[in-house]
Amino acid sequence: MTAALRFDPIRLPPECEKLRKEVRSFLADEIAAGTFDPHSPQRGDNDVPGFSRRVGERGWIGMTWPKKYGGHERSFLERYVVTEEMRVANAPTRRFFVADRQSGPVLLKYAPEHIKMDILPRICRGEVCFSIGMSEPNSGSDLFAAKTKATKTDGGWLINGTKIWTSSAQVANYMLAIFRTSPPTRENRRHGLTQFLVDMKTPGIKVNPIRQLTGKSEFNEVVFQDAFVADDHMLGEIDGAWKQATSELAYERSGPERFLETYYVLTELVRALGEEPDNRGAEGIGRLVAQLHTMRRMSVSVAGMLHAGKEPVVEASIVKDIGTIWEQQLPQRVRDLAAFVEPDASNHEILDTVLPYAMKVAPKLTIQGGTTEVLRGIIARGLGLR
Amino acid sequence: MARPDMCQMKTGNAVAESENIVAETAEKIFSDLADAQTINRDQKGDWKAPLWQALAEAGLPLSWVPEDCDGSGASLAEGFSVLSAAGRFAIAVPLAETMLAGWLLSQSKIASPLGVMTIAPTSPKDRIAQNADGTLSGRARGVPFAKDAKHIAVLAHGAGGLAIALVEAAKCRIEPGLNLASDGSDTVTFNNVSPVAIKPAPKGFDQTSLMLMGAVVRSLQIAGALESMLDVSVRYSNERVAFEKKISKFQAVQHNLARLAGETAAAMTAASSAADTIANATGFDDAVFLEATSAKIRCAEAAEKGAAIAHQVHGAIGYTLEHILHRYSMRALAWRDDFGPESYWAVELGKRVAARGADELWPLVASR
Repeated sequence: MTAALRFDPIRLPPECEKLRKEVRSFLADEIAAGTFDPHSPQRGDNDVPGFSRRVGERGWIGMTWPKKYGGHERSFLERYVVTEEMRVANAPTRRFFVADRQSGPVLLKYAPEHIKMDILPRICRGEVCFSIGMSEPNSGSDLFAAKTKATKTDGGWLINGTKIWTSSAQVANYMLAIFRTSPPTRENRRHGLTQFLVDMKTPGIKVNPIRQLTGKSEFNEVVFQDAFVADDHMLGEIDGAWKQATSELAYERSGPERFLETYYVLTELVRALGEEPDNRGAEGIGRLVAQLHTMRRMSVSVAGMLHAGKEPVVEASIVKDIGTIWEQQLPQRVRDLAAFVEPDASNHEILDTVLPYAMKVAPKLTIQGGTTEVLRGIIARGLGLR
Repeated sequence: MARPDMCQMKTGNAVAESENIVAETAEKIFSDLADAQTINRDQKGDWKAPLWQALAEAGLPLSWVPEDCDGSGASLAEGFSVLSAAGRFAIAVPLAETMLAGWLLSQSKIASPLGVMTIAPTSPKDRIAQNADGTLSGRARGVPFAKDAKHIAVLAHGAGGLAIALVEAAKCRIEPGLNLASDGSDTVTFNNVSPVAIKPAPKGFDQTSLMLMGAVVRSLQIAGALESMLDVSVRYSNERVAFEKKISKFQAVQHNLARLAGETAAAMTAASSAADTIANATGFDDAVFLEATSAKIRCAEAAEKGAAIAHQVHGAIGYTLEHILHRYSMRALAWRDDFGPESYWAVELGKRVAARGADELWPLVASR
């Protein structure tokens, strides 16, 4: 076969089911205590007091990391269960999720020991929030066109330029960013970018919120003017960030958050159509559930392969391509299927409040974290087409 | 609940190694005797007899019949891997049908005869009745390869419950028909037919059990055919030159093929997950229902999208009888219809999900 696609039928091991019960019971308590409303995905997530710390206390941040750094040395599949349960409950995970998913693992791999000892335990306690500094005003999907410069100075680097669409920058303690340290070479246009850890309290950094079409300001413009970053905050190989970026992508692209972002409208559709839907409603639900089940099986399969030490980059890109398009179309499909719901019935009240929000969220889902077009390019390369 | 592996078969987990041996035997036979190009050029169908003979000599048609029922006693997992390979080669002899027939007969410990078999019914809506005198009556539509079969394994509804029967095909009225791929898809009428053998079906085994098992078999075949469609499409795009470059270098073509890879991946995942579930299940429970119906629904959707892309990439040459693409594309589309089409299963799955209630949906999905 040309395409060596592999999606082994991996099942979550029994210890995951015990953990799942613990997470559900924790979330039920938080909901009962009024920490968050699971039927209100439209609320702002950044300032839910104490939630991140309590998740940290349960040992559910940095689950797979070494104990030495505050981690819990649990399996990647156990982390998967926590992630999906939090997502389905619409729990306010924004503050710690980026650090848990990608920033922490990058630091583990590339940061010097004293920085790991300083920051990783605080991530695990739910105390710090990370943002990712990739896109710039004129380089989004074309990551390697980034121009924000790091210029060598005494004991460190001076940063000048602008990052944009940076989620959580307004509350983040740190940013993991790529800056230009050399021009690209004729042979390799990806050459010349280096990864840095930036403390957001550094003088010379200004965060300007950008209003999104939802009315919220979850992403930002971040302007650097002679912001100083110390030598020991440079991560990995100088000019070689492109090598580091690609191997992490399988983690970022295949998780449950890549198809469950609008899941709540499916739950509410089932509620609205009631216990005995007509054939049209039943068929619609059946197809959506079959598609959801299949995506989750693909995603769990990738998680299992990651757990086994493999790097299923193409498979992960497929999960995100199919998953994000599904979660994007889901609100439209639900609208369609709910069109004949009895207007005076009460079981579609929640649907009525959450569906418009899901519609507004939908357009971004196939853009953030790697556009559909970029993903299909990666898949095409995996197929040997480029 | 009836065990899907009623006749003391090996369960799925312990067979990773031997699974490969059985599947490798099948793959070897398919590569030697079922090469798509060769078959496509053979107008008279001379390839069929040697292929069937080799499969029969290797004991593959009776893979799912335990040794004490005159079969080769392979596990469900081993048999499923044979059917994935059969899908990849778009095998057009009644291998899957004979395997299913043997499996059905084994549920009631009826020994399987040698030779080609098929199953009836293959549609959830058709009912075969067991009459008071023990004979069978009724009509089954869209029965694959009935015209080629010597025997038919039948699931019949009697006054005392369900029965499984072995019937000589010659005793039934068979009106020949063809599916999209021009493989036999016949109407079989039972007019007070006396079966060779008939026994009660095991407790908990019903027509839905048979349909779900058949749905998973067809899902594996569809997923296999999609793997081959992806393979031939990628290869063709790397050969065909247009506008002075290989068409694989055009982004529009690359993105189409990436989508085909996605559909193929979804089908492979859904089908293998459902097969793995049945191979390790103790009965046709909620888990099997979710997995098997999802597999059939998603594989059928993938067949529709995937076949369209594979043809689009090939252009006019893929629309010719001379080219092998139709062997995979038309079979993948045809297999959607057997053992309940995807819209039927979507309604059934949707009803079950609705009856459980909105807040029970996630626990169901997460249980797999």
